[in-house]
Amino acid sequence: MQVTRRQFFKVCAAGIGTSSIAALGFSTDALADVREFKLTRSTETRNTCPYCSVSCGLVMYSMGDKAKNAESSIFHIEGDPDHPVNRGTLCPKGAALVDFIHSPDRLRHPEYRAPGSREWKRISWDEAFEKVARLMKDDRDKNFMAKNGEGATVNRWLTTGFLAASASSNESGYITHKVVRSTGILVFDNQARV
Amino acid sequence: MALQSLDITRRSATTTPSPSQRKTQEVVKLIDVSKCIGCKACQAACMEWNDTRDKIGTNHGVLDNPMDLTANSWTVMRYSEVETGRGLEWLIRKDGCMHCADPGCLKACPAPGAIVQYSNGIVDFQEENCIGCGYCITGCPFNIPRLSGKDGKVYKCTLCSDRVAVGLEPACAKTCPTGAIVFGTKDDMIHHAEGRVADLKSRGFAEAGIYDPLGVGGTHVMYVLQHADKPGIYHGLPKDPSVSAMVTLWKGAVKPIASFALAAGVFGAFFHYVTKGPNEVSEEIEKEFKDEK
Repeated sequence: MQVTRRQFFKVCAAGIGTSSIAALGFSTDALADVREFKLTRSTETRNTCPYCSVSCGLVMYSMGDKAKNAESSIFHIEGDPDHPVNRGTLCPKGAALVDFIHSPDRLRHPEYRAPGSREWKRISWDEAFEKVARLMKDDRDKNFMAKNGEGATVNRWLTTGFLAASASSNESGYITHKVVRSTGILVFDNQARV
Repeated sequence: MALQSLDITRRSATTTPSPSQRKTQEVVKLIDVSKCIGCKACQAACMEWNDTRDKIGTNHGVLDNPMDLTANSWTVMRYSEVETGRGLEWLIRKDGCMHCADPGCLKACPAPGAIVQYSNGIVDFQEENCIGCGYCITGCPFNIPRLSGKDGKVYKCTLCSDRVAVGLEPACAKTCPTGAIVFGTKDDMIHHAEGRVADLKSRGFAEAGIYDPLGVGGTHVMYVLQHADKPGIYHGLPKDPSVSAMVTLWKGAVKPIASFALAAGVFGAFFHYVTKGPNEVSEEIEKEFKDEK
């Protein structure tokens, strides 16, 4: 494109003119707004942090109002300010719980790896319960000790241990204790320190 | 204006005054460095609330992770191992925006309304208006804002303005397990900090004090430091921060003069055109020009 000296000056003048006018303040209004508060009308559910035995109280915020056609999905978690253990605070693991829920690596169904095998195979809950029950029964039948060497009744089963969830309430802890002890298991932790 | 903290006292690159009749409570986040155990719950809670996620980094042999603030990490823990009169001390400072009363970023910003200050003291970036020039980064005496490579806009801590606007505390302050971060009105936080300083002094930290630098008009994020006489040992916390003289000059005194000069130039050109008319080139010169070619 051929630009004459005259055209060049015209373009320059127009450019300087418009930018000067803009600099004089003829711009649009500067609107400002904080980010929309994201928890309004979300569903609040109280729960207990699943990580350690401190068992901090949580408030989980999920999408939808639990209506029939709305699929709930947790999108935010923070500490429960009314919970006596943590009074709203959470450690870095607890504060990042929402990513734990939606992690692609999260275990979503029972899996089984046969002895010596390198592969995990998906199995149904029924299969999993049956397998565990079978192994427990076989081990108990083999190793249950009704009396000790001195002939005193002990009803012990020492070859199997049991870990219960960290998020147990007093009541579920009591029931866990009753069930596990009734089988004779001595080695168990009702509030797993994981 | 539905929410109280939306009362704006200052807007970047705007000459018309902001509505300034209403005055809301000034809020402060107080970070007690002596109570911090460096667990990074604040970092996790910040990302969780603000829906930002940094990519997984690499281990640099220290606890700092990530190594610096990013457009996704608006707060990071700075770990310093320092020899003091008390022996080796591990000082852990939560770094992030200080929400200055006299913000250098806002002064330096040329985009109208990209940086605003609410009457409660929070300095907030409005990314919709941000043009990504990075002047705020140069203007900040604490080196806090970070330019995103993804959208070319600058991000920093908002002091959870969306939470504060509805009467909640910032996410980091809520989650802090040791209570090293507390949140409240400026008066209450100064009172709280004074109590902490007295406690630290009774434990032998003679130079304990509050960090609320006057060079930037005071801040809405304050620190309780064990060694307030040497803020530099806390990963280079500036002792006497102030807005750069260049920013003050260019965005202060020079700006109206320059605007006037531009307007005068345009007016002068127009006046010249009206009185003298266009510059006519005589046929002789035109001919000479053609011959030269």
